[in-house]
Amino acid sequence: MLKDITLGQYFPGNSVIHRLDPRTKLLFLVVYIAALFVALSWISYGVMLAFLIFVIAVSKIPVKSILRGMKPLVFILAFTAILNIFFTGGETVLVEFWGLSITKEGIIRAVFMISRIMMLITGTFLLTYTTSPIALTDGLESLLSPLKKIHLPVHELSMMMCIALRFIPTLIEETDKIMSAQKARGADFETGNIFKRVRALVPILVPLFISAFRRADELATAMECRCYQGGKGRTKMKLLRYHRSDLLAFFVAAVLLAGMIVLRHFGL
Amino acid sequence: MAPILEVKNLTHIYSIGTPFEHVALKDISFTVEKGEFIGIIGHTGSGKSTLMQHLNGLIKPTEGTVLLDGKDIWADKKFTRQCRFRVGLVFQYPEYQLFEETVYKDIAFGPKNMGLKPEEIDRRVREAAGFVGLTEEQLNVSPFDLSGGQKRRVAIAGVIAMEPEVLILDEPTAGLDPDGREDILQNIQNYRKAKNATIMMVSHSMNDVAKLTDRLFVLCDAQLAMNGTPGEVFAHAQQLVEMGLDIPEVTRVFLKLRALGLDVDPVYSLEQAVDALTACKGGSADA
Repeated sequence: MLKDITLGQYFPGNSVIHRLDPRTKLLFLVVYIAALFVALSWISYGVMLAFLIFVIAVSKIPVKSILRGMKPLVFILAFTAILNIFFTGGETVLVEFWGLSITKEGIIRAVFMISRIMMLITGTFLLTYTTSPIALTDGLESLLSPLKKIHLPVHELSMMMCIALRFIPTLIEETDKIMSAQKARGADFETGNIFKRVRALVPILVPLFISAFRRADELATAMECRCYQGGKGRTKMKLLRYHRSDLLAFFVAAVLLAGMIVLRHFGL
Repeated sequence: MAPILEVKNLTHIYSIGTPFEHVALKDISFTVEKGEFIGIIGHTGSGKSTLMQHLNGLIKPTEGTVLLDGKDIWADKKFTRQCRFRVGLVFQYPEYQLFEETVYKDIAFGPKNMGLKPEEIDRRVREAAGFVGLTEEQLNVSPFDLSGGQKRRVAIAGVIAMEPEVLILDEPTAGLDPDGREDILQNIQNYRKAKNATIMMVSHSMNDVAKLTDRLFVLCDAQLAMNGTPGEVFAHAQQLVEMGLDIPEVTRVFLKLRALGLDVDPVYSLEQAVDALTACKGGSADA
């Protein structure tokens, strides 16, 4: 069912990771991704993996839900694996058929790429699992605030993002409801060729769009009723502040990236 | 005669095996006879909507069975689809599911999915529109140009057009003005009379269910707490109040009267109230 999509859902908790400043977590994610791309050898991948497992353990996020979030991405992972297995040139040919050959190098590369993507995704999941959407957009707004100098509407952008995130579950629920209602009138989404199936979506999409526009309109009115004027002169109830744990996190991030660079330098 | 619907030990658990696991229905059993008008009451989150979606095969039970005309609705795929046509389900705020360019086309969506002939579809659309009081001209306008109450009627007609033997409605009068409510309830009665259909209606209006239904199901915390005629159910006023439910206004007045020492039996409709009061008055006049 649609409700089971957990992609990027916030997982309330009270671990050290949960309590970190969202800016720290955002910057940490950027450094982590950079480190992941610097890493080239099995040893450095091992270090990254060990680090990832450590963070998961500290955050107390169930491994099951991370794996479940990975489900929608299986297709991309499989696609990457197949491309790498068949289209990586190499010396040691293992199997050959229909002009395609599978080499040892290809398999190694495929495993490498898949672990890289999976670690990338897991890292991002850890951010969204441990940070509420509001904290996340707050952090983003704060990090991007220097761009206000060049007249980029940073506050408005982050508000848009916040609203979008807020309405994903609502719209999923709405889609579920509309689908059930049309199914009750005998709509069939599961059989027939591709054209038939696309046409079967019309009875869902039309009401869904109408309700999305209606909600947007109502929300805009409600915001205006409460005198929302945009970012200028707006104060915050929860001010973002760095704590000692944030400092530690920055230190860990620096060590991680430096370590990866050193390992690469020595060809490991 | 075999019951039209039979539910046996139905249990439903959402998101089974995750931290969000939630028991929505627990060991529910009941039967519904052909032609009955059943009211379903229960507080928010008591499992009413989940129960209704089990009755036409939209949700598969975690445990237990649902029998339509004595046959398990999950017996085979074809029968499950048949059940959707034989048990019509009108969701809450059904006007949000309209999508076609004209009212006519929207009402025809269900019959078309049944694979009926064009003449039959046309007959059904016009008949269904008649049941809910839509005019000929209204059939050709866009459903989005209608008022809220009219949209609701179009949506109900869309289900009625499938001519279901059992019509289930989830709070069909929610959010309508008193006139609109009366109209919709009358439409449902009309359909029931014309087709000898079985009706199941979820409602929060105790006055409505007391007046209309033959039997009441009371759901509380995922369980079927009571199953009986309105008279039997409203006799347990105290229990209902404890479940967070209401009782009809006249019943409340009569309970007060009893508390004040007047010898009257609790009633749940205005007609009964009149009878009881006249009897009481006559009695005291004699004495």
